Amino acid sequence: MTQASDTLEQVFRAEYGRIIATLIRTSGSFDLAEEALQEAFTSAASSWQTGGAPRNPGAWLTTVAHRKLLDAVRRDKTRSDKQSEIEYEKSRLQPFAEPALLEDTVIEYTDDRLRLIFTCCHPSLSREAQVALTLRTLGGLTTTEIAHAFLLPEATLAQRLVRAKQKIRLARIPYEIPSLEIIGARLIAVQAVIYLIFNEGYAASAGQSLLRSDLCAEAIRLGRVLCELLPNEPENAGLLALMLLQDSRRHARVNASGELVTLEEQDRSLWDRREIEEGIQLIETALTRGEVGNYQIQAAIAAVHAEARRADETDWRQIVALYEELMRMTSSPVVALNHAAAVAMSEGPGRGLSLIESANANGALENYYLFHASRADLLRRLSRSAGAAEAYERALTLTTNTVEQKYIRRRLQELPL
Amino acid sequence: MKYMLLIYHEERSWDTSTEADRQQIYGEYRELIGELSSRGKFVSGSELQPVTTATTVRVRDGKELVTDGPFAETHEQLGGYFLIEAENLDEATSIAARIPSARTGTIEIRPLAENAAEAAA
Repeated sequence: MTQASDTLEQVFRAEYGRIIATLIRTSGSFDLAEEALQEAFTSAASSWQTGGAPRNPGAWLTTVAHRKLLDAVRRDKTRSDKQSEIEYEKSRLQPFAEPALLEDTVIEYTDDRLRLIFTCCHPSLSREAQVALTLRTLGGLTTTEIAHAFLLPEATLAQRLVRAKQKIRLARIPYEIPSLEIIGARLIAVQAVIYLIFNEGYAASAGQSLLRSDLCAEAIRLGRVLCELLPNEPENAGLLALMLLQDSRRHARVNASGELVTLEEQDRSLWDRREIEEGIQLIETALTRGEVGNYQIQAAIAAVHAEARRADETDWRQIVALYEELMRMTSSPVVALNHAAAVAMSEGPGRGLSLIESANANGALENYYLFHASRADLLRRLSRSAGAAEAYERALTLTTNTVEQKYIRRRLQELPL
Repeated sequence: MKYMLLIYHEERSWDTSTEADRQQIYGEYRELIGELSSRGKFVSGSELQPVTTATTVRVRDGKELVTDGPFAETHEQLGGYFLIEAENLDEATSIAARIPSARTGTIEIRPLAENAAEAAA
């Protein structure tokens, strides 16, 4: 019995996105698709417990969900002869008219997840809506789970989803893979959504909420889906590698008392070797394609860190060179800040400090926590304690993250004043 | 499906541009409208007289209130519109992007409610 529910749970995680994507294509409606799939899972819960799980649970669920969809449409049609609100197209359902439900029947359903992901991340939706919709539909997370993960009231998130789905329907955001001329730009948005989900989970760590670190796992899962669907885009591999390499340090970056541990001080035996190996392999393969991009460089930097068994074995020269490559691609002051920090490690804190200050020459980083925290660290290493204290104090006012606050307070206490 | 493309631009910069520049822009508009019409995409459209000719009317408690000027003062003004026929938002967007004023002003794309109104009726 528990085996059936375990299977159901696994199938839910693994197949939700794929099944819903097909249901949305055939029904033309996010809401109808969600309802039908929900009903199919309910049927599965009772039917699998008595008769055992079918051999191909994904196909079983897809078929049952399509029946539920047909039922819903028929109900809708008999209830009133008016055109259904979801602008239903009868012809779309034809391929799924009455599929047999035999144990051995394996129906090949086309993979519509690529359409789904591009629709969820359509530029006419706000970034917040893109994230919520991607997690809800492709990831199969509930509204409650997403709301908790983003520390939002459930009603806010529910409304965000309703509005997004309404816009898709009323403005007719297409449910298709973008044309060649625009797919590049659209893919950047998809990658940004996935990385944002990852960072949302990564920034918050132990102690705050377990659900938030689940966001990292979900983002990695979405990253894998993207690599599977568009394997010839090296930036997809770069993004997945970057997330894996960052995630590999998850257990080392916060200590038992919930304090942030810098890369230098981390216990590297706590790093997840499996994730590191996969990340390094992915990035090495991606880089051979010669279409270098932002995520690939960032992943390469993370890989250099991962390859150093001790902090003082880090190849800082290579990291500096990679940051210089990144600076040629983007003019982000945050990248300049990271470059400065790497130079400080490779050529000393004095040189790093002057670069850090020029990164903020136009004041772009004035309200950025990491600018003041990094500057403070360099001043501390240069034994300029008064300046360091001032910078740490400033950093403290700029973060609400309790882990980061603890780190700064510890540094402040350690200063020889 | 029909979309309204509302064309916003800075009237001041239009007023101060040279006659040659304006003729160039008008030419581009004519060309675009011709091309869209030949594909059955253009329903209607027009340039609007400047905002100084605008009148606002409101009826409150049965009383008609007529005032000078537009309802809201904005940086950019509504200067014209296209009503188009497009398959979906992506097609509407690609048409909107070809409107000459998109390069200097802003095009707001709004789906017409007719389809939704029919469906919900």
